[in-house]
Amino acid sequence: MDWIVILQAGVASGTVLLFATIGEILAERSGVMNLGVEGMMLLGAMAAFGVAVRTGNPWLGLLIAMLAGGLLALLHGLVTIHFQADQVVSGLTLTFLGTGLALVFGEGLSKAGAISLLPTASIPLLSRVPILGPILFTDQSALVYAGYLLVPAAWYYINRTRPGLHLRAIGEFPAAADALGINVIRLRYLYVFAGGVLAGLAGATISLAISPGWFSEMTTSGQGWIAIGLVIFAQWDPLRAAGGAYAFGALRRLIIDLQGPTMLLGMRNPFYYNPYLGLWLQMLPYAFTIVVLVIGSREAMRKRLGAPAALGTPYVRSQKV
Amino acid sequence: MAEPKPAAEKWKAAFPWRVSIEPRITNVPRWLPPLVSLGALVLALVMGGIVLAAVGGNPLQTYLHMARAAFGDLGVLSDTLTKATPILLCGLACSLAFRMKLWNIGAEGQFFLGAWAASAVVLLPVLPGTAPKFLMLLAMAMAGLVGGALWGAVPGLLKAKLNVNEVLTTLMMNYIAISWNNFFIFAVWSERGFQMSPVFPNSAWMPRLADYARQVPVFAGLTTHLGLVVGLVAAAILWWVLYRSQWGFEIQMTGDNPRAARYAGINVGRNTVLVMMLSGGLAGLAGMSEISGVVHRLQGAISPGYGFTGIIVAWLAKLNPLVVAPVSILFGALILAGREIQPSGIAKLLQGIILFCLISSEVLLRYRIRFVRVMQA
Repeated sequence: MDWIVILQAGVASGTVLLFATIGEILAERSGVMNLGVEGMMLLGAMAAFGVAVRTGNPWLGLLIAMLAGGLLALLHGLVTIHFQADQVVSGLTLTFLGTGLALVFGEGLSKAGAISLLPTASIPLLSRVPILGPILFTDQSALVYAGYLLVPAAWYYINRTRPGLHLRAIGEFPAAADALGINVIRLRYLYVFAGGVLAGLAGATISLAISPGWFSEMTTSGQGWIAIGLVIFAQWDPLRAAGGAYAFGALRRLIIDLQGPTMLLGMRNPFYYNPYLGLWLQMLPYAFTIVVLVIGSREAMRKRLGAPAALGTPYVRSQKV
Repeated sequence: MAEPKPAAEKWKAAFPWRVSIEPRITNVPRWLPPLVSLGALVLALVMGGIVLAAVGGNPLQTYLHMARAAFGDLGVLSDTLTKATPILLCGLACSLAFRMKLWNIGAEGQFFLGAWAASAVVLLPVLPGTAPKFLMLLAMAMAGLVGGALWGAVPGLLKAKLNVNEVLTTLMMNYIAISWNNFFIFAVWSERGFQMSPVFPNSAWMPRLADYARQVPVFAGLTTHLGLVVGLVAAAILWWVLYRSQWGFEIQMTGDNPRAARYAGINVGRNTVLVMMLSGGLAGLAGMSEISGVVHRLQGAISPGYGFTGIIVAWLAKLNPLVVAPVSILFGALILAGREIQPSGIAKLLQGIILFCLISSEVLLRYRIRFVRVMQA
């Protein structure tokens, strides 16, 4: 086992979670919780792979995946913002809907042959930095680099720009934002859409770059839900989200690599000689998500901070807050 | 203000009405909610038909085929009821938790753990295969209840003590439950390396209608089993608990307004754990009923998402246990017939569309949509 290789692959697979988590942070910061990330990711993964297979152009696939995720999210926006339905139920519905659409339109895609994937590249000077160079800047997909740029950009946007201030305002105190002339309804649609676009991008990252192909529901295998868990752990902060996403990516990778070698730490590797033990390893990301949620919730209770105040409640002008 | 565009003027002249959406002040008439739900269902089928047509199917023929495959004759009707049984129990599990606004999305995992615990009674074995049938089934049912309840207790405790979001914990527990089950199927109880346990002895089989074919010839080949009766009894009991008991009132009140409930002296934390345990227990019972009544062994593919379908069923039934029963038959039909049509995701997609139309339609219950005549200037 080569730690550098594991971390390198971990960063790549963490990029999936990163996109989805930051998308959900944007939506939740605006006051709309979208539990449909898994469905949007699955639809994005299917759309990206399907388009890439038919047109041979993975970039077009990427674009369509982002659009598909965004459009699905707009449905959630319509139901929760305009019809004021419960955000939890609507989000769950979105998961069903996205999964169903992906399975129906992805029928037969799993048998599609190899496609041209998104390009990988090494960054000339940075890749020669010891340790960090090979992990972060060598042979990574273009999307991984996009992830590096997205994290500070999202942080700066939310915390240091005027539109970011508006975003935080509509999530914390929509009535006050409305009184200032900020269009709460329109902005919420915008950020729900943005969250969907990023979830679609996360799906496309799986099917076009990280583990290429279409494996029906196994393509995402619950990563959308892990992303929602990471949002709580990250306390709606993109920088913390990045840490969580890459750590989870490395964990996913480690689980695969633990089962490979015959020797582990100088002992016979039990996971190699008894492959069924791997099933226990497979539980780890999900068990870890629960641990991470507990940590996040405890911290939020202690510091008395946490979710945007208006998260989960529809904004209606005539109603008292 | 900008001048109104000429096109808008022309439109106003031809149709001097304006759609006005007003909050309802008076009570919703009793006939409206079922009508709206029915309308949403029909709309969902139409939208599903459009998707079917988009992927090159014939919607009308597909729906007819599905109806025949689910209700065409006594045999398939009985299969539909068999499929409806676990959905009924999972729907009850979700109805109970949702009443308290506890989003138990983990019925699927609780189902698997119930199935696992019931199998443990046979396979460990806790009881020998020669034990009397009623004792065996009773022990399995208890084990299923306890297995599901324990699986539900974890998110319940985390929610009550640490305020951890139960949507995510219950969901994560689903994935853990599936790996847990797989470990036992692959490694511990595997039958000659196959990914399934040995077939249970006959004492662990719930009686089916077909078992009485000698006395009642019509029953020959019918798969409906005792689990359906268990589910219906559970529905009746749960209805009484929710609508007639004090505890049910506490649950309802906590769901509507947790702060008021706390002021009223209701122990919200304790009720959270109890509701999650009972909800998990019902889902676990569904798992037991499925392996004892249908599969007769523990294996991986024992659920095509019954736990998730339970969520939709509960919502469609407006969390009323007595309505859950008929609705679960509808979804049993959908899952049964869904296996026969291509592409295979159609059943799941239809479930999603139905739920979507349903929650959208609820806006009609909160708001009145009226056409108001526009005054001519």
